[in-house]
Amino acid sequence: MQMPVPNPAVLARKLELVARLRHVLPHDAVIDAPEEVKAYECDALTAYRCAPLVAVLPSSTEEVSEVMKICHNMGVPVVPRGAGTSLAGGALPTADAVILGVARLRETLEVNFPDRYIRVQTGMTNLNVTAEVEGEGFFYAPDPSSQLACAIAGNIAMNSGGAHCLKYGVTTNNLLGVTMVMADGEIVEIGGAEMDAAGLDLLGLICGSEGQLGVVTEATLRILPKPEGARPVLMGFDSNEVAGACVADIIRAGLMPVAIEFMDRPIIRATEDFAKAGYPDCEALLIIEVEGSEDEMADQLARIVEIAKRHDPVVIRESQSAEESTRIWLGRKSAFGAMGQRGDYICLDGTIPVGQLPAVLRRIGELSEEYGHMVGNVFHAGDGNMHPLILFNANEPGQLESAEALGAEILKLCVDVGGCLTGEHGVGVEKRDLMGHQFAPVDLDVQMGVKDVFDPKWILNPSKVFPLDVSASRRAAE
Amino acid sequence: MSILAKKKTEFRDARDALAETIRSGGPFALSGNGTSRIGLCFGAELKAPTEGWDYDPSALTLTVAAGVPVAVIEQFLRDENQRLAFEPPRMQGLLDRDGASTIGGVVAGNLSGPRRVAVGACRDFCLGVEFVDGRGEVVKNGGRVMKNVTGLDLVKLMAGSNGTLGLITEVSLKTQPIPECVATLVIEGLTEVAAISAMSAALGTPFDVSGVAHLRGADDGEGAKTFIRLEGFENSVKARIAKLQSVLKSFGESDVEWHAEKNSAIWQGIRDVERFCHSADDVWRVSVKPSEAVALVEAVAPEDVIYDWGGNRLWLITKAGTDVRAKVTSGHATLVRASAETKQRLGVFAPQSQGVAKLSEGLRRKFDPDAKFNRGMMG
Repeated sequence: MQMPVPNPAVLARKLELVARLRHVLPHDAVIDAPEEVKAYECDALTAYRCAPLVAVLPSSTEEVSEVMKICHNMGVPVVPRGAGTSLAGGALPTADAVILGVARLRETLEVNFPDRYIRVQTGMTNLNVTAEVEGEGFFYAPDPSSQLACAIAGNIAMNSGGAHCLKYGVTTNNLLGVTMVMADGEIVEIGGAEMDAAGLDLLGLICGSEGQLGVVTEATLRILPKPEGARPVLMGFDSNEVAGACVADIIRAGLMPVAIEFMDRPIIRATEDFAKAGYPDCEALLIIEVEGSEDEMADQLARIVEIAKRHDPVVIRESQSAEESTRIWLGRKSAFGAMGQRGDYICLDGTIPVGQLPAVLRRIGELSEEYGHMVGNVFHAGDGNMHPLILFNANEPGQLESAEALGAEILKLCVDVGGCLTGEHGVGVEKRDLMGHQFAPVDLDVQMGVKDVFDPKWILNPSKVFPLDVSASRRAAE
Repeated sequence: MSILAKKKTEFRDARDALAETIRSGGPFALSGNGTSRIGLCFGAELKAPTEGWDYDPSALTLTVAAGVPVAVIEQFLRDENQRLAFEPPRMQGLLDRDGASTIGGVVAGNLSGPRRVAVGACRDFCLGVEFVDGRGEVVKNGGRVMKNVTGLDLVKLMAGSNGTLGLITEVSLKTQPIPECVATLVIEGLTEVAAISAMSAALGTPFDVSGVAHLRGADDGEGAKTFIRLEGFENSVKARIAKLQSVLKSFGESDVEWHAEKNSAIWQGIRDVERFCHSADDVWRVSVKPSEAVALVEAVAPEDVIYDWGGNRLWLITKAGTDVRAKVTSGHATLVRASAETKQRLGVFAPQSQGVAKLSEGLRRKFDPDAKFNRGMMG
């Protein structure tokens, strides 16, 4: 993975840049000591690291605006950063960049239960949004696995999803409005508390734009009443094909579970060794969760179990208590940790049409053999969002590169069967160089044209999302 | 798994011919069959391809040529016991137009019916789009899978762009199973203030309300009615209706409409604004916070009002030439039906802040550098 050569003219003006930033921000909000900026050298994609020139932690939209004016004026690249939990390197700095962290933007600005929305500063964590409203029986629906730590800013930048988006949608479906600081420091309000903003859907464009179009400092989010209850059922099958067919039948029957999670044998084994959740020894495992009252859940689960039984399951375990539900989810929730015990891993998130599941898993198995890396698959089966985890040993030279090469093969496979490179983690730097496999040059050109409108000097996160050779002329025009 | 892939060749030929036409001519008016066009624009009519399907019921996804009528799609989906969950409205009655609404026109207008309050708007069900831009380039964005964050999301941008950025040639949509049962709770005689409270209370319950609307009393003496819809498996709907009645008992007695066809009639009437069809007065569509809806209605004093989406969306019918926008303090108002003169004077779409207007204008210039599409449509 390549990054552009840092701009020597920017590096040479570091002292001036720091002085100007200190002029508009409190002293401790500008971090420039080399040993301190190192804390911002990477996000959760830890394979790539580069300390930024400076990191800033503004406390208000106006401060963000002042920072952007200075950087715009001096031609300094800005890499916005939420909580640094991106798995795609979305917040990876370059040596000539200012990291703009939203960690100090944590206020709740307004909660409105009758109209069902909350307005927050975007440094607030995902889970804290729910904490603000759950006393009144509401919650914020998108639930990325990192929800304890991840910031709303990053959720909006990556259009984050989660296990329950089958029913509730992803961030873009739950976002009503934003306050955004443009590349030149101008502050714009887009959308609001009402449904369907006027004019072009700029909100839809901004959500998932990976810090390419602006810095979102405040957000109005839709909140929903909490369901009466939730209950999972666990089922084991003899083959991926059969489990896949069972998922298809459940969907066709009109059942709308809130989550359908799929785990394959390598993951089942790894999680059993690690978490001892008591999963059966089988080829494929489904965890299906329903919501509602006691009666409704029992009714839905009965229908699901009836369908599953037609597919000769090895085991069906319906949760009878909160404790059992926790145990059923335990293995799934520890899947990443379990794989982490076996070595370093890369986690991909390509999405495929659900019907392609068995064929894709078979091909991943072959590729895994070919490259000599173990691959485990956990999978949001209801929406086709895969999560292959590729194991490697970071201490052995060449292993990261071959694991990445395998990852690239798997993602290309996702595209080739009618899917896409990333379902919820974003492109960042991780999948940047594969974009040409999914998009024709004209498709990328139009997307870059959108960035031209929002950020004509290409100072916002300029070396992400678009392959460097494709964006070279635009970045050079800075 | 049945996958129907039909007439891809016809689709490509038609699309490529359109791209050629766009490269060599202009200006063009893009509006499907024009059944829900509300903006003023001029140019030669350009129609999206009408052939081409790819439907995977097990994956709940449909890819279809943009010129296919919504009614055809809905019939096709119904055969698989599925539907378009955002309830695409038919505006022919309201706007006094003929012809069949196309899916491309619905997407370009981001048109959604009553279920929008619960499940999201048309744009939330759009997974992918193909369009021809003003340079005659065929551009694809999104795809046909449910979760996709690869690159910038132009699918949302194209939805609701009213043909000002490109000619949509193909869309991929998320479909939904048709639930077994539908029932509507009807509360009569509520004041508008009480109706808003009742609707907010219903939307604040975990009972998966899928439609919430309030209509004023009619001239024939029938009282005001508040409608709250539930859908799902029959036992579940029965249980939830009972709980909802208990939550809402302070609002007075309620009836339940269980008859499937009567339910269809109620919600189709609201979806298509049937109440305002047989009049020539101006019609406005307003997006507003429910808690501010009644104050706005009192300020405007329209001849009649429909509260949909729990009060998030208002349909107002006013004397010709009334400027509703002058009374809107938050939210926004669209002038859906009026004389060309009134539309010219007041503008169809809500004016935008300087910053947003600049971005929108910049995007239009990028997508359509020679201003070939729908000139004058969105400002």
